[in-house]
Amino acid sequence: MKSLNKFLKDILKGSKPAIARAITIVENDSDYTLLKKLFRSSGKAYYVGITGPPGAGKSTLVNAIAKLLLKKKKRIGIIAVDPTSPFSGGALLGDRVRMTDLALNKNVFIRSMASRGSLGGLAQKTKDVALVLDAAGMDYILIETIGVGQVELDIAQVCDTTAVVGAVPGWSYPIIKTIATTGDGVDQVVVRIEEHRRYLTRSGKLESARKERLFSRINELIEERIRADLHKRLTTQPGLKKIIDDIYNRRRNPFDVAEKILRNSGFVF
Amino acid sequence: MDKKIRVLVAKPGLDGHDRGAKVVAAALRDAGMEVIYTGLHQSPEAIVEAAIQEDVDVIGLSILSGAHMTIFPKVLELLKKKRAQRIIVVGGGIIPADDMKKLEKKGVKKLFGPGTPTTEIIKWLKENVKTGKKRVKVQKKRRRK
Amino acid sequence: MSRENWEKKLKNCKERDFKFKTISGIPVKPLYTPDDCEFFDYERDLGYPGEFPFTRGVYTNMYRGRLWTMRQFSGFGTPKDTNRRYKYLLKHGQTGLSVAFDFPTLYGRDSDDPFSRGEVGKCGVAVDTLRDMEIIFDGIPLDRISTSMTINPPAAILLAMYIAVGEKQGVPAHILTGTIQNDMLKEYQAQKTWIYPPEPSMRIITDILEYCSENVPKWNTISISGYHIREAGSTALQELAFTLANGFTYVEYGIKRGLAVDKFAPRLSFFFNSHLDFFEEIAKYRAARRIWSRVMRDKYNAQNPRSFLMRFHTQTAGCTLTAQQPENNIIRTAFQALAAVLGGTQSLHTNSMDETYALPTEKAVKIALRTQQLIAYETGVASTIDPLGGSYYIESLTNELEKGAYEYFNKIEKLGGVLRAIEKGFFQREISRSAYEYQRSLEKKERFHVGINIFQEDKPADIEILKIPPEVERNQKKALKKVKQERNNRKVKESLRLLRKAARDGENLMPRILDCVRVYATIGEICNTMKEEFGEYHEPIIF
Repeated sequence: MKSLNKFLKDILKGSKPAIARAITIVENDSDYTLLKKLFRSSGKAYYVGITGPPGAGKSTLVNAIAKLLLKKKKRIGIIAVDPTSPFSGGALLGDRVRMTDLALNKNVFIRSMASRGSLGGLAQKTKDVALVLDAAGMDYILIETIGVGQVELDIAQVCDTTAVVGAVPGWSYPIIKTIATTGDGVDQVVVRIEEHRRYLTRSGKLESARKERLFSRINELIEERIRADLHKRLTTQPGLKKIIDDIYNRRRNPFDVAEKILRNSGFVF
Repeated sequence: MDKKIRVLVAKPGLDGHDRGAKVVAAALRDAGMEVIYTGLHQSPEAIVEAAIQEDVDVIGLSILSGAHMTIFPKVLELLKKKRAQRIIVVGGGIIPADDMKKLEKKGVKKLFGPGTPTTEIIKWLKENVKTGKKRVKVQKKRRRK
Repeated sequence: MSRENWEKKLKNCKERDFKFKTISGIPVKPLYTPDDCEFFDYERDLGYPGEFPFTRGVYTNMYRGRLWTMRQFSGFGTPKDTNRRYKYLLKHGQTGLSVAFDFPTLYGRDSDDPFSRGEVGKCGVAVDTLRDMEIIFDGIPLDRISTSMTINPPAAILLAMYIAVGEKQGVPAHILTGTIQNDMLKEYQAQKTWIYPPEPSMRIITDILEYCSENVPKWNTISISGYHIREAGSTALQELAFTLANGFTYVEYGIKRGLAVDKFAPRLSFFFNSHLDFFEEIAKYRAARRIWSRVMRDKYNAQNPRSFLMRFHTQTAGCTLTAQQPENNIIRTAFQALAAVLGGTQSLHTNSMDETYALPTEKAVKIALRTQQLIAYETGVASTIDPLGGSYYIESLTNELEKGAYEYFNKIEKLGGVLRAIEKGFFQREISRSAYEYQRSLEKKERFHVGINIFQEDKPADIEILKIPPEVERNQKKALKKVKQERNNRKVKESLRLLRKAARDGENLMPRILDCVRVYATIGEICNTMKEEFGEYHEPIIF
């Protein structure tokens, strides 16, 4: 127990190796022991999503925003999510190339993440990884992800403010022209993020949105657990092959079979 | 979810010959690993810091500029200083045989010479990087005590 | 026998299990006949050597008059070490010099810059100030030797230093002959040695074009290089297409500056790779000459025949050398050198067998030079011009490559030109993909490399290697310190101030840089001054 306490203390203190280790654990384990302990210390960071199509300059913008926030003496956690190859399960994560200016700053922590099993650009585990950074005392968490369509919405559900990089026809949100390579306009982005934050806080929308997110989180955790459980139950169902054969030959139907498994599971009464 | 092998592929030194580093990075991805590519001209300090934050199992360095006797030892030294010696260091590039021996003695786990098939690198990594998996499990056990 | 009957017979023959195609992926037929050159018009498509469209060679009598220049790229350690190696090479019959600089110099950094740690004198010679160039060329008369310098972002500085060394030897700039590589476009695409972003780089290059056309008229101002594109993993076709597209871009920038195309185009030269695929390489050089002359005449309205003719240097492919069984590299290099000669190169560098380990030893360099001499003096291939011209296979390949190149030109144009395509990562992506595919084709044994995936041996190579002692870095730093103490620092400061002003005002930078080097400003000081004005380039991530 002593070692876990020391580990927790290191994370909360912002020790980079401890944070890094914690993220690996969170990414690989389905066990929530660590997150349960960290949750209490989270909730202080402001989450900013940066999304857009490949090659739109997201990493460059993240780099520029982080540099400005550093000047304001903020601590920044960056999560750069890139897709996992559906063929090999591997991933090539290259976003750090754009962030070399930040790499050695003691107030910045950068982590590259592969989307792994989840659909779209945003890893399921991103929220948990962000929670680690939040608990570790980051003031801002910048989440960068490739996004077109659906994924933009995904990230918006995780973050307090989301910036979409690239042309977005038909959107009525503020559009700021930036040239991230030269830094032009980036200060405007930061100003707008802070304005948005103030607006959300004052209007009470930050609290309500976060509460709604917590509700979804509980919902998700339950669903995730049930899904995994039911999947296991189905795949380990005795005589499954025979059942499928029966259904195929129209001796049984999938509807009754599903209902029976659900009833036996205890999740449905 | 199984623990993936995470590799940091870095190109220290001043040369821009990133063909090898990129081919290896792509091959490791296609072998199911998560590869963090840090780009050209990385200092040993930046490489070690990135390796720690990314919690990788392996650092792979490609050096073709002749500065290998400076860069590899510096990376090893920094890993030691930061108590991250569990991260294996491997490499490739234009490195004469006796320098390879010297570097392996200093703690570089494996050097792959020119012409090494990517399949051999993949095989070596899969055989030698089991520590990552174990490490995470140990952590879990400890927590449950 | 009729063709049909022969083809029937052929069908019954068993073929080796091998995918017959060139490295660029062009399918190779079992036999080429006049049918494969159907649309071929001798006068229009081949012509005579030294005549439009120069397919058969750029000079009327080619090697019957003068052999190609045997130019071994070299340089290592301190300026003194390099001076000694040059004198050795000249003594053994080399006919031109080619300077390799170390990485700090290539990036415009001084030897005492923390960035240079461990790199000083390793891959070439270290140059910090004019003093180093004075030592490198000590006892070598610049009016009688031509010098090629592989240098890109700081090309203007090294050229200025060379001019200044000439001044000290009493050789005026207008008779200096040689080349600076000065090809930044291929740096962004392939070799990745950069300081400033593309636009200021193009401005510096255009400044050099303008300055040299008036003051150093015999100097080759840009060596438009496919070599590095190929080494980074491209195919022969990509090398051909990207290099020419870059060449046209420089021409367009020169014209945009208001320079007459016939004033600067004659001083543009090219630099190609010679790789493993023997016939495809020969066809590549021939196609390159034909495309360049046609586009220069028809699109850019050049009138001076010297603007159409593509003179080029060739280097055998470093990336094909093997660490395994290194002696085989001698043979590999010989075939590649032969292809370059049959392709009509103007100068040639042959790699040494030990270059996958380190910089070459004297012995290895000598064998490499002898390889060229053998081709020139023993084989008889230099006795007639373009001996493979008219070969059905060669002509068909030349046509195929030409066609493929125009397809790439169209693609690049659609992307908005070369600079836009660089921003979008087009070239970088094309090259990385070809590199990865080539590696996979070796691993799948669709292509062979002796010692690597066929006829391997377990025995490690036993080979002598050149070592650069660590004192080199110390000594070079010491020498730099001494120069900084002895020079007039007030003059340095003033010349750098004027350089900064010129950078800001858009005035031609060359005269200012020349003033800086004359008072022994360092490469680092000059480059940093410009970097502060122009900004720095950062690598895009492209796989």
